[in-house]
Amino acid sequence: MSVKLARDNGTVTDAERRLASPLAVRGLTVSYGQKPAVFSVDMTVRAGHMTAIIGPNGAGKSTLLKAALGIMKPLAGTVTVLGQPVAWRRDHIAYVPQRASVDWDFPTRVIDVVLMGMYGQLGLLGRVKPKHRAQAMDCLDRVGMTDFATRQIGQLSGGQQQRVFLARALAQGADLYLLDEPFAGVDAATEQAIITVLKGLRDAGKTVVAVHHDLSTVRAYFDDVFLINTQAVAEGPVETTFTEENLQTAYGGRLAGAQMDALAETLVTTSAGTSAR
Amino acid sequence: MTGSEFVPLSLVPMLIGICVAVACALPGNFLLLRRQALIGDAISHVVLPGIVVAFLLTGVVASVPMLLGAAGAALVAVAAIEAIRRLGKIEPGAAMGVVFTTMFAGGVLLLEMSDTSAVHLDVEHALYGNLESLIWLDATGWSSLLDPQALAYLPVELPRMAGALVVVALFIAVFWRPLKISTFDEGFARTIGLRTGPLGLALVVVAAIAAVAAFDAVGSIIVIAMFICPPAAARLMTNRLEAQVAWSVLFATVAAVSGYVLAGYGPLWLGAADSVSAAGMIATVSGVLLACAALMGPARR
Repeated sequence: MSVKLARDNGTVTDAERRLASPLAVRGLTVSYGQKPAVFSVDMTVRAGHMTAIIGPNGAGKSTLLKAALGIMKPLAGTVTVLGQPVAWRRDHIAYVPQRASVDWDFPTRVIDVVLMGMYGQLGLLGRVKPKHRAQAMDCLDRVGMTDFATRQIGQLSGGQQQRVFLARALAQGADLYLLDEPFAGVDAATEQAIITVLKGLRDAGKTVVAVHHDLSTVRAYFDDVFLINTQAVAEGPVETTFTEENLQTAYGGRLAGAQMDALAETLVTTSAGTSAR
Repeated sequence: MTGSEFVPLSLVPMLIGICVAVACALPGNFLLLRRQALIGDAISHVVLPGIVVAFLLTGVVASVPMLLGAAGAALVAVAAIEAIRRLGKIEPGAAMGVVFTTMFAGGVLLLEMSDTSAVHLDVEHALYGNLESLIWLDATGWSSLLDPQALAYLPVELPRMAGALVVVALFIAVFWRPLKISTFDEGFARTIGLRTGPLGLALVVVAAIAAVAAFDAVGSIIVIAMFICPPAAARLMTNRLEAQVAWSVLFATVAAVSGYVLAGYGPLWLGAADSVSAAGMIATVSGVLLACAALMGPARR
């Protein structure tokens, strides 16, 4: 499903787009046991935009993120950040895992979690100085959590935990933000707070990629979509790619008619299959 | 008790007890939070066949071959646990249970079949150790601590255990930040470039060093208790990892000292004639401390 752009259009080639992309994935294949969870996926994220990764449950959305970050070892494929191997550019990337992936009973405070995001600055033995604490408090301020700085993390609500994770990512001072279902199980106020921060990052020239579940907000929140169902289905700007046809392909007819009707207002009605940029 | 009595008879066993307790409790904090607390239990059991094999190969009960044998057995066990966990798709606790019971039982069989009657190596020793026998006969009082001649005859277990404690403490201090981050959020730890696999393995190896060094002096029961009880009690006292580790060191020290004293004098105070096993009493005290923390600790959930 790779996008073909002709040279004679006066546009850039795939290779040039990948080179300029803050996250370009090529031929990525990951499997748990025998069955591939992600199969031969190409994805080229546009710099300075917000991309939603959407697809049905078990479509490999989280796996795609984890393999791109090197958390999971892919069977095949390459991942580049601005043309370089991802391992060289770790300081450019911030990651917000699924909230449920950690033990919130861990004995630590909110501010300590945010300081974990500054490992790149602090290193193995660097002292936490007042300026680091001030920086961490600033990140908490951006997600509206300063009042909770000294709380034990287990005492937070789900939405508050998600904001702390986002603050930790902000503390990393990265150019590329990868989020795994940042809106899952959070309250409406938190969802608003998070999307405001993410849009602020985008407006400051950063790149945001999020695994996203709620199809009704794709159009309001994101610039680009990447549809996946083990294999890539389509990628491109929301206006041209977030179509009923692409969704039906990605979800394999699992979206009921009622859901489609509810989405009708946000969907694009053109029949542009895979996109061109 | 005067110095001339305390220093030769009680000082060395007490110090060894403290070193063992703290050296096991420090990595125990992280093992507990990683839901791997049983790995300490596993290590302290699996070293038995290693020690027996080392004895059979060399024919002597010497510390270096025994330590090497124990370390070898611990590494075999770690590899076997990982292999069973991954290949068998069995949860880690069960994989450890399978490996450590099998290897300990194998060690007992080896011990029974081989002729170790001439040497001080038996199943009881493996379980309780022999803390009380580690006396310093050349000491005459506190002044002996500065006397090179007397120090030369210090029981070898003390410097060995102190060395193990230094290794453990240095590892925890240097890798504090990566250990904390990867224990809390392994996926995130990998994205910032921490090598969580080797780090987790290093933690287990360090725990194994503590367990193997402790095994000869104090047996496996106290090792198992110290990996779990002081950190678990400490977790109930605080919601900060830094404070938890400090509490665990305090609890380990209190258990070692009071356990040793209670074992030596408790029965006398109660009118009984003999003292009881120091290792057993230290483990018991640590369990009582955990029970108290579970009932009264401020950070109970």
